[in-house]
Amino acid sequence: MNPTMIAFNSADLATLAPEIFLLGATCAILLIDLFLKPSQRNVTHVLALLALVVTAVLLWRGASAPRLLAFNGMFVRDGVAAILKLFIVLTTALVFLYSRSYMRERKLLVGEFYLLLLFATLGMMLLVSAGSLVTVYLGLELLTLSSYALVALNRDSVLSSEAAIKYFVLGALASGMLLYGMSMLYGATATLDLAKIHAVADFSAASPHRTLLAFGLVFLVAGIGFKLGAAPFHMWLPDVYHGAPTSITLFISSGSKLAAVGMAYRLLEGALGGMSGDWTLMLSVLAVLSLAVGNVVAIAQTNLKRMLAYSTISHIGFLLLGFINGTAAGLAAALFYMICYALMAAAAFGVIMLLARAGFEAEEIDDFKGLNRRSPWYAGMMAITMFSLAGVPPLFGFFAKLMVLKVVIDAGHLWLAIVAIIFAIVGLFYYLRVVKVMYFDAPADDSELALPADLPFRWALSLNALALVVLGVAWSPLLDWCNQALAASLSASP
Amino acid sequence: MITLAHYLTLGAVLFCIAVAGIFINRKNVITLLMSIELMLLAVNTNFIAFSRFLGDVSGQVFVFFILTVAAAESAIGLAILVVLFRNRATINVTQIDDLKG
Repeated sequence: MNPTMIAFNSADLATLAPEIFLLGATCAILLIDLFLKPSQRNVTHVLALLALVVTAVLLWRGASAPRLLAFNGMFVRDGVAAILKLFIVLTTALVFLYSRSYMRERKLLVGEFYLLLLFATLGMMLLVSAGSLVTVYLGLELLTLSSYALVALNRDSVLSSEAAIKYFVLGALASGMLLYGMSMLYGATATLDLAKIHAVADFSAASPHRTLLAFGLVFLVAGIGFKLGAAPFHMWLPDVYHGAPTSITLFISSGSKLAAVGMAYRLLEGALGGMSGDWTLMLSVLAVLSLAVGNVVAIAQTNLKRMLAYSTISHIGFLLLGFINGTAAGLAAALFYMICYALMAAAAFGVIMLLARAGFEAEEIDDFKGLNRRSPWYAGMMAITMFSLAGVPPLFGFFAKLMVLKVVIDAGHLWLAIVAIIFAIVGLFYYLRVVKVMYFDAPADDSELALPADLPFRWALSLNALALVVLGVAWSPLLDWCNQALAASLSASP
Repeated sequence: MITLAHYLTLGAVLFCIAVAGIFINRKNVITLLMSIELMLLAVNTNFIAFSRFLGDVSGQVFVFFILTVAAAESAIGLAILVVLFRNRATINVTQIDDLKG
């Protein structure tokens, strides 16, 4: 390799300003937290939130800037990365806001909780900005290694440790698959740079590297399927959702799914856009399977966290439908869908944490019996979230589904749209069951719900659920933003 | 003369052994951790072979990153294993089945 190619450019540091700030702040919090007593954990809480706010401001300032490459193309800053990172930071902030009283009651409000989440956030930010296979891998591992430890945070829980070992083994298997696929891409193109792979790779049927590329693509899709939780690679998802502390489940279902979409975009569109004919076929199989497995198995669940896990699988199916169009509009619909899903999942798990007490998880659907009589306001918030997850108009979830269906039909896959609609109707059943239990069943305990004293939590949760209503009316600015970002990113990449 | 195909076959065989080890293994979780390591080594073999035969050094650099991350990964895996053993007094894969539905 020509040594002059690898030159350090100090302007690169400015491109990475949000990431560098977050890393510095996290290290500072790590040191400060060492000197705090357990009763002073609020300091860590405030500092962690502050770090996220400043990161978000830095991201926002650079959000409208044109596409920039840093460190010889290892890092890409473009509109897609900006949107994903802003929402990733938002969901991490929601995790912090929601889980303070929940974690304190379980004696889990330790410095590691904040630090691992901040490091995971940094990993996600790197992942969605990755410009090279190395950055994809390092970002992904920073995210997943932190997540394994977070799932096991409740060290004395049998379920938590079982969930962690299952997550670890299947997550490592997924990383292995992904790496094997990456080695094939490297072998076919002799470069690790995603944009160069896109430019160099010869996807025509006559190409000598065609087999190698197709082989690599299969492994990449399997790895991405594992990380997203698409059927048939979904085995870990219900167990991890069920076993992990609810605040960690919230994190895995919102922030890390956003990052996985970013990874899928970078790898499939960024590096292998020329093979879109092959991967759209694979993704449509994954999408139909996910829709079927997720919606049908969710009906049989009595545990709300497990039900939401199967609901995630079905939503991933919908998300993948956006990818199979392969155009900027399709990818924008997928991005829009994932943002919508992250907000809905945050609200749903937020309500579960609101109802939970010390020694009581509120994770069974029966725990929501008669919630309307005990706390009409939060029963309303949960009902909004459930209706939005089910895709009932005029809520946000409906428009996200509508955009995906529109691009699927535009791409000429009418049968896929019909399958998606049928399974969305099947899905209505289990979401509405939660609403029925809250409004029409008699509560086991008629007393008024004792709400946690944590006011920021209650405010943030209400705002989160109300945002689903507001965005259901005013969804077009967000969709326009996604569309512009993807159109700009796709036209800028070679 | 050992060609690229030989190395790739070795890598593929190692990878298959590792995946089989994860799926067939019914004994204990430590074997799973060993399989995961083996899988990463299979990938490393591929990267080094490609790097050597393509005359491009970046594949070998990637291998150093994979090795480093693999070390961190096994540390976390073993830590989770210790937590699991403390809670259940077993690391038998067939007995880790409280979560289902």
